[in-house]
Amino acid sequence: MFRFHAFSTSSLHGFCPRSARTGRWGRNALWFTCLLTISFLITGCEGIQSALNPAGRDAALIAQLYWWMVGGAVIIWLIVVGLAVYALQINATEHDYNVTRFWVIGGGAVAPTIILTVLLVYGLSMMPTLLEPAPEGSQTITVIGKQWWWKVRYHLPEGQAVELANEIRLPVDEPVQFYLESADVIHSFWIPSLGGKVDMLPGRQTRLTLHPQRTGIYRGVCAEYCGGSHAKMSFEVVVMERDAFDTWLEQQQAPAKSASNELAERGESVFLAHGCGACHTIRGTKANGKIAPDLTHYGSRLRLAASALPQTRDALKEWIAHPKQTKPGVHMPSFALLSEDDLTALAAYLEGLQ
Amino acid sequence: MRKEPGDPEPLEEAPSLEVQRQQEARLIEAWKTPTGWRYWSAVNNSEVGLWYTLTAFCFFLFGGVLALLMRIQLAAPDNDFLTADRYHQIFTMHGTVMMFLFAVPIFEAVSILLLPQMLGARDLPFPRLSAYGFWCYLIGGTFVCGSLFFDAAPKGGWFMYPPLTSSYQEGIGPDIWLLGLSFIEVASIAAAVELIVGVLKCRPPGMRINLIPLYAWYILVVGAMIIFAFPPLIAGDILLEVERAFDWPFFDPKRGGDPLLWQHLFWIFGHPEVYIVFLPSVALMAMMVPTFARTPIVGYGWVVLAAVGTGFLSFGLWVHHMFTTGLPGISIGIFSAASQAVAIPTGIQMFCFLATLLVGRVVRSVCLLFVLGGLATFIIGGLTGVMVAMAPFDFQAHDTFFVVGHLHYVLIGGTIFPIVGGVYYYYPLITAKYLSEKLGRIAFWLMIVGLNVTFLPMHWTGLLGLPRRVYTFSSELGVDHWNLISSIGSFILASGFVVFLYDVLRSKRNEPLIKRNPWQAGTLEWLAQIPDKPWGCRSIPEVDSRYPINDQPNFMRDVDEGRFYLPDAEEGFRETLVTSVIDAKPIQCLRVPGPTFITHLAAIFTGGVFILGTYHHWWLAGISSVLALAAILCWLWTGTAWIPEKEEKDISLGLTMPIYVSGPNAVGWWAMFITMLGDMTAYVSLLFGYFFYWTIHEDFPPEGITGPGVFWPVLGGVLLLASWGLTIAAQYQNRKDHAGKFYGCVIAAVLYAIAGSFALIMGPWQTGLDPTSHVYPAIVWVLVLWTVCHAGVGIIMLLYCAARRAAKKMTARYDADITNVTLYWHFMALTVALLVIVIAGFPFVS
Repeated sequence: MFRFHAFSTSSLHGFCPRSARTGRWGRNALWFTCLLTISFLITGCEGIQSALNPAGRDAALIAQLYWWMVGGAVIIWLIVVGLAVYALQINATEHDYNVTRFWVIGGGAVAPTIILTVLLVYGLSMMPTLLEPAPEGSQTITVIGKQWWWKVRYHLPEGQAVELANEIRLPVDEPVQFYLESADVIHSFWIPSLGGKVDMLPGRQTRLTLHPQRTGIYRGVCAEYCGGSHAKMSFEVVVMERDAFDTWLEQQQAPAKSASNELAERGESVFLAHGCGACHTIRGTKANGKIAPDLTHYGSRLRLAASALPQTRDALKEWIAHPKQTKPGVHMPSFALLSEDDLTALAAYLEGLQ
Repeated sequence: MRKEPGDPEPLEEAPSLEVQRQQEARLIEAWKTPTGWRYWSAVNNSEVGLWYTLTAFCFFLFGGVLALLMRIQLAAPDNDFLTADRYHQIFTMHGTVMMFLFAVPIFEAVSILLLPQMLGARDLPFPRLSAYGFWCYLIGGTFVCGSLFFDAAPKGGWFMYPPLTSSYQEGIGPDIWLLGLSFIEVASIAAAVELIVGVLKCRPPGMRINLIPLYAWYILVVGAMIIFAFPPLIAGDILLEVERAFDWPFFDPKRGGDPLLWQHLFWIFGHPEVYIVFLPSVALMAMMVPTFARTPIVGYGWVVLAAVGTGFLSFGLWVHHMFTTGLPGISIGIFSAASQAVAIPTGIQMFCFLATLLVGRVVRSVCLLFVLGGLATFIIGGLTGVMVAMAPFDFQAHDTFFVVGHLHYVLIGGTIFPIVGGVYYYYPLITAKYLSEKLGRIAFWLMIVGLNVTFLPMHWTGLLGLPRRVYTFSSELGVDHWNLISSIGSFILASGFVVFLYDVLRSKRNEPLIKRNPWQAGTLEWLAQIPDKPWGCRSIPEVDSRYPINDQPNFMRDVDEGRFYLPDAEEGFRETLVTSVIDAKPIQCLRVPGPTFITHLAAIFTGGVFILGTYHHWWLAGISSVLALAAILCWLWTGTAWIPEKEEKDISLGLTMPIYVSGPNAVGWWAMFITMLGDMTAYVSLLFGYFFYWTIHEDFPPEGITGPGVFWPVLGGVLLLASWGLTIAAQYQNRKDHAGKFYGCVIAAVLYAIAGSFALIMGPWQTGLDPTSHVYPAIVWVLVLWTVCHAGVGIIMLLYCAARRAAKKMTARYDADITNVTLYWHFMALTVALLVIVIAGFPFVS
């Protein structure tokens, strides 16, 4: 479970004992280093949203850069603080002008210049790779950020598109091209496990290329403060084998299945009677609203309300009745006036939209 | 010691004790602080500086409490201690208060308090301007903070990105931010002007540019940065507020605007801002380190160059706040490299301090503890700064808690620790009592442990995927315990500040007065007597060294016995010396004004303009602006450019100095020059907006919208340039003492300026440019209105000069008013010329 690179920890451990000899500041240094090390040991880098648990080429490159920089930073810090301790303890008369000049020019100018040049060459050399567009024929997806959910449009090879919401599925080991837009304020599209973030700006279209390399379920999140429910604006990312992905995408293109039992049928009529269709689309029904998430295959999604809630019937009922309690400022009105039975039926209907 | 032949020596013989006593009595009479309720009319730097410092600390505590509230909310996942709306108000105000109401003002406050002492001056050149700035700051700061108690506070983040703040937030929160802070920014710029002129012109004789205390060098750099960094933000504030109030679509992409323009303007301010708040603390370090190392600073020239270099570089880094906005790779690479490069001058400064400690015999003290603790902490922030400046890593770390951790290491380690150390260092100077070394140590360890426990884990939570500015988080991220640790740490950090606060506030009545110059420092501020006297320096010394108290024999005695310049106030005026910029040769005996309440009125009415404007009470705001103008004119009329009763004054040591000078020798001319540099920067920022829109649109001006045409803008331009020429002629005629021709030129200049302004407005008016329809008409209108407002100010200035001459307050010899107004009109001419070229000419080439 401890997914970190050998060089980084060895550099950390390697510096602990040496620094212990240098007095109070040395002890402090030791303390920091240990705290840092402990931090890895307790949690590792696991997490559905971790940038240090890469599941994609870009995240892996950046994580590697990070570990090198952390290692270097710890070494530089120990050296500078060590020099400070030395300067405090040493007697004055032993040093002449040349020594101090060496400190100022060497430590202040020459050393940083060399280190930063090396770092720039290493770091910036990965920029073309990170920014390179995906080759022709790759899966392209337009994601439109809205307060506080994601409209996801899969572009199909034949030129048409299918519109989904709040969940993105990707084929493993294939580059994917994202086009990012915003319908209102600035958002930022970020799947930490796959790569860096790119902002979604109203009036512009930005791009992001990702290269998922490991199947699994990850989470994406809005990284730019976008008002009321910024903290609750996430989405599930599922990296799948190509076959499974194709099956899924085909299923998503199909119109909604009609209600399969009595309860669901009642749910459908509740849905249409209460005007849900004014905002939501369920393809294959009269509901064709465009301002809220498409619900055609709602039941196939892993989570509810832009990943703010789990996909359970109780959560869904609670959400429909009191959306603002989960997501402050959300534009969906409250349907608390629905009877308990209506709510249950509605939830059953939506769950059935596989 | 760099004595040059011909430098005056102090008097061989001190004046007799009787004479000394009389001199002291006259000095005290001139400089005495008003008592009773009139105490608040004081304008002297020691009073205003003290109020300023205390107010800044109050805002700091307020911002700190907000931080604790946030940490309580984030201590546990899905916590409901604060609602989302409250949390957003609080994080917005935390950043805003700390940056605008603490970090920048504390630098200005401490500098107003200490700079004159460091330069052996009796006061800053414009004491009433400092007082005005302070009262503006107090009113504006209280207004902005108060909004939190009425649930009306801004909640768009301290960065206020539109369109969230332009079209998606109801209420007056964003207006409070935009107008309230513009008001405070004006005060900040006023203080910066004052400090720059102070460093350039109010140094003691002999303090050549290579002998200036490092603190003053830093003030110069930071002051200049404020002059060039704040105006772009003010320009942005104007655009955003005009969009909010009048629906001009500067940031609305549907009508040609672009939210990214705000980000550029904000970060052109915002990144230098980081160094604006950091460099003054380095300046404090540069004063404390040599004192406690018992040796002059190593690499004085390197430190100065590095400070200047940091100042310059900081203006080339702003795009690193925008790496994720989809900019082309090449710009990202360039700004990434530039951002790394700023580590080099910073490194030089740090290593100069280390080298000073190396060659010195270090005396341990709490001050040094805070300096070194701050240094060690700051370096961590600097190193993580290099990491986030590395664009690929920034793609991940940007807008996460990693950055929160990074910036707090920089700002607490780099800014706050040295300030706390500085309080321990300068507290004895101000109050003649020590702070407790023991409590200081306790405070230090609580703070440094608290700081690390709070902010070190944040790097980790950020990389585990927690974005910034979230009011809550989910357990699924696996950051629960890290957030809890951060919250615990924040209370440890806060307890350190409580100990520090207690130490500052506890009664020290029973403790003995300190002895003079307690740390055995070498710089002039330590000349202050115990208990302190209101006059600053008993006599203004001739300086030949960077550490004159240590290096110049019998220095303190000579100063105290009045053996140097200006040992007396024979005429009962407040006087200080003005010297030349490079060599500090004395050129004027400057009389500065004393206590007044007119600055309060000016500040209250200026505040009224912004505060009433926030509530869209346009008429009342207009009345308030007229009253503010009246107060300011009254202040200028009574408090500036007095005609002295005699031409020259004997300042001792065989020198006689003019009392009244005008033109580039005068402090007023410099203040006008520097202010106008800032003003032009704001104007250029608006022009930047024009060209920014041009770069993002294929056709700009857009097809179908005719511009303001050529005729009216050119006519307006010609008329206003004629007005400029007439102003120059008026100055000339005044000097020749041709009263009739002078008045003729002034009146003609005013009429031409009115006609020119009218013509400029006719351009967009006649062609029917509707500023709400598209961003092109909107930006043209803004540029025109900016110019017309400036013409209006120029007209008032001209009429003021005519009135001054009519009232015999300005003559052929005493012509500072018209000289400064002419300088204003030089900049006005530049503004007009640029306007005409852009709005009338550019559509032909675009």
